[in-house]
Amino acid sequence: MDQPKNKRYGMVIDLDKCTGCGACMVACMAENNIPFRDDDTDKLLSVSWMHVYRLSNGKPFPQAEECFLPRPCQHCEGEHGHSPCVSVCPATATDYDMHTGIVSQIYTRCFGCRYCMAACPYHVRQFNWWDPVWPEGMERALNPDVSVRMRGVVEKCSFCYSRYQTALNRAYVEGRRELAEEEYQTACAQACPAGAIVFGDLNNPRHRVHRIVQPDLAHGGRPRNPKAFRLLERLGTHPKVYYLTSRDWVRRAGDNEVQQS
Amino acid sequence: MKIDRRSFLAFVLGGAAGTALSPLPWKLTDDISIWTQNWPWTPVPPKGETTYVDSTCTLCPGGCGIRVRRVEDRVVKIEGRNDHPVSRGGICPLGAAGVQLLYSPWRVRQPLKKMDGRFVPVSWEQAIGEIAGVLRELREAGTPEAVAWIADTDRGTTAELCRRFLTVYGSPNFIRTPCAQDAWETALFLTQGQRATAGFDLERATFLLSLGSGLLEGWGTPPFVFRARGALKDNNGRFVQADARLSKTAAKADQWLPILPGSEGTLAFGLIHVLLKEGRERKPFVAAHTAGLEELKRQALQEAFSPEAVAQATGLEAKAVVELARAFAAAERPLAVCGRGAGRVPGGLQETLAVHFLNALVGSVNVEGGVIAVPEPEYIRWPEPEMDAVASKGMQTPRVDGAGSERYPHARYLLNRLPEALLQGDRPAVRVLFVSGGNPFYSLAGGERTEKALARIPLIVSFSPFLDETAAAAHYILPAPTHLERWEDVPGAAGYPKPVVGLARPVVPPRFATMPTADVVLRLARRLGGPIRAAFPWESHEACLRQTLGPAWETLRRKGFAVEEGFKPQPFETASRKFEFANADLKRLAAFRPLPAPGDPGAFKLTLVPFDTLRLTAALGAPPFLVKALESEILLKNDIRVEIHPQTARDLGLVDGADARITTPQGSARVRVYLTEGIRPGLVGMARGLGRGAHDRYLAGKGVSANRLLAAVEDPSSGLEAGWGIRARLERA
Repeated sequence: MDQPKNKRYGMVIDLDKCTGCGACMVACMAENNIPFRDDDTDKLLSVSWMHVYRLSNGKPFPQAEECFLPRPCQHCEGEHGHSPCVSVCPATATDYDMHTGIVSQIYTRCFGCRYCMAACPYHVRQFNWWDPVWPEGMERALNPDVSVRMRGVVEKCSFCYSRYQTALNRAYVEGRRELAEEEYQTACAQACPAGAIVFGDLNNPRHRVHRIVQPDLAHGGRPRNPKAFRLLERLGTHPKVYYLTSRDWVRRAGDNEVQQS
Repeated sequence: MKIDRRSFLAFVLGGAAGTALSPLPWKLTDDISIWTQNWPWTPVPPKGETTYVDSTCTLCPGGCGIRVRRVEDRVVKIEGRNDHPVSRGGICPLGAAGVQLLYSPWRVRQPLKKMDGRFVPVSWEQAIGEIAGVLRELREAGTPEAVAWIADTDRGTTAELCRRFLTVYGSPNFIRTPCAQDAWETALFLTQGQRATAGFDLERATFLLSLGSGLLEGWGTPPFVFRARGALKDNNGRFVQADARLSKTAAKADQWLPILPGSEGTLAFGLIHVLLKEGRERKPFVAAHTAGLEELKRQALQEAFSPEAVAQATGLEAKAVVELARAFAAAERPLAVCGRGAGRVPGGLQETLAVHFLNALVGSVNVEGGVIAVPEPEYIRWPEPEMDAVASKGMQTPRVDGAGSERYPHARYLLNRLPEALLQGDRPAVRVLFVSGGNPFYSLAGGERTEKALARIPLIVSFSPFLDETAAAAHYILPAPTHLERWEDVPGAAGYPKPVVGLARPVVPPRFATMPTADVVLRLARRLGGPIRAAFPWESHEACLRQTLGPAWETLRRKGFAVEEGFKPQPFETASRKFEFANADLKRLAAFRPLPAPGDPGAFKLTLVPFDTLRLTAALGAPPFLVKALESEILLKNDIRVEIHPQTARDLGLVDGADARITTPQGSARVRVYLTEGIRPGLVGMARGLGRGAHDRYLAGKGVSANRLLAAVEDPSSGLEAGWGIRARLERA
């Protein structure tokens, strides 16, 4: 049997379609055993793998416009897998998987130095400042496929890696080595009621992500679709999460920089 | 051996270098992290076999198909069901967080009775026996009409059993909680003669005009509406949102018309004015299928609805009104919708009629891409119950909320009028109130006065599975199982243009000693005996469901839903067999008049406008995941933030995040401000769904409830609740 080719799992989020409802966030929380606290309103301290940001065009009423931007881990490829967080981790707790293109996070290896959080330009990594506590009875809703994290470690979106493993196991049992596009979908893509999130293998020309983005794989996966863009493209992190928009100001907001005074 | 300085240094440095070159430090960091992370209190979810069960979500009137993932006997996740016609795989945040309702520690675990202000557990036998005793006394006293029942739906076997119980008992006071469908149902009945709910063929419309409807904020069935909007985008359709603030819906529309709040009806009449004046109505449809156009012309061609006057009233430019009317009329399949926000406030009947007339003028009624009259489901065909003298007499008494009376002939339910009715007289008109959904202690506008009115009722029985505000104020809580633990037929999906019936099933056995509300009704009937008992020949709710559905039960049980795919709307049933812009009933209605926000504009310079968000809920308390997902622009620590324009803030001396106090004629509350260019100067935007007096610690006590600051506003043409805001004052705290 042929060895399966390397995958490059990625995501396209259509910001014209996203309504900012938050179903992706909630589906992610339920899938990935995300803890919650009495007060989760400080979003810098609140653990959430998927976060929907609100962007505004900064114009006065009534020219004001808003757009919602869901932000999972961008799963940067960097140069040959040297994504910003992987390069700095002293504990090898985070790694770039060349077979899937997924940036992993191994909680039991992480000793909480948080270099990766400092290195990540997208704010996708969060530190567990507190022990996760579920109110009595609610721990029954925990998903056994995803380990519960403990105080003192960093965590982030894994593109629902457990769902990949489950799908792969099922395929192996059925004597297959390749997954169909719909067999492996992240929880957020599955839940999105607006159909704004599309997930699949960027290397596979038959997958919707590839067809939409038309990535230039020779140049770090730069999108050929003029509507598509990536966050902070200039940094050369080569993220595998793409965004679509028809509004110029949204695209500009995706590549903002601190104004020099 | 002599240890000199040289050998000591060599030993230490050599040792350090040797250790650094060995794997020891790396192994140690790894081990330390493992030792310090395996705490016994970090839960390890037990593994087991994963199974999926298809069911129907009953957390809102949507009735989406859900796929519930179980690991052994635990529910771990709720996902959308791909083959469901309404939701097609989509799920809203509340639906996805539904597991947390099942496992909420704030569930009511057994029947509770309030004694000396505290709840004590009682047996089902005792609770039902005592309530039956009170009911028997009221009947013996000849006042069965003093019993009222508030339910969040009037469809399906559970609601029908409750209503049947009241009927044979002798009370006409079955009240459905208010929603935008109240106004739409009345509009359909008056213009088309059809007893039906309004469905909207959003997926096939090519021009969608929403007059303040929060299409992306909970209006209708969210996954269906979301998908429809995606389809509109894919088909190069156009979506125009008239909204006082840059709501999520307005932000995602192709065009946002920042109208003055409360002027939606005027805008609709203004558009009709332009259509008729310029002769842009669809003449073939209007000629063949409508009647009374002359009367509508007389009404809409008044000066008050000229583009200039409408511009004045709505805050838009006259040109924009004319252009909107032309674009709407020119579109292939235009569709106008109304029902503010998530559609939980009915709104004015005349306003809904204006929107419906607008649709009729462009031929978008009962056609592809238009408003569709979806007939009420007919699978419940029980024989008429036999009534004794007490019941017949009781059923003759006027309804306590005034619905169906001479003053409100077309209204079916007017829960908004209940508080005032309760405040009349020495003894409240209602002696026993059953509440199976709707949480009126929280949801009704009117603040403390409403609460005081409801609290006059000597016996309140709540069926809530959770300790919500109404349950907390009740005298008995007879907890129902949650949506994942019971059978329930779910007819219709809010706003969906085809008849559909879903079936919710027990995904797991009930966690606690709960009882389906329908079973409580059957037991009460058995206790009361006589004709009441005879009207309920069923052993249990499940048995009743099986018998009622007959042969459909097996298909429904296997498939989970039944949809009439080839559904064609029925012809109009008015006397003229046409869509009537005018008739005797319509003529008798109070004329259209935009309703102002209550309060003195001199003393209250600003206007508070509530808004809905999918990350909060209405009657039901939001589960922890929703509260966690809530934006910090809405909730910061324990404070709700209100949206104001930077100009308003400057005038008041407020900065972003500042503490402030908001005061309305109804009450006052502490808030923090959020500055945004997405709201008109002079308005204060406040999210609905916070300010909970009960529920879990993730929700309770956070923010304030907009409902407490709002006043009830009665629509003069129907009696329905039509409040959209209230005058307010904001000061630095």
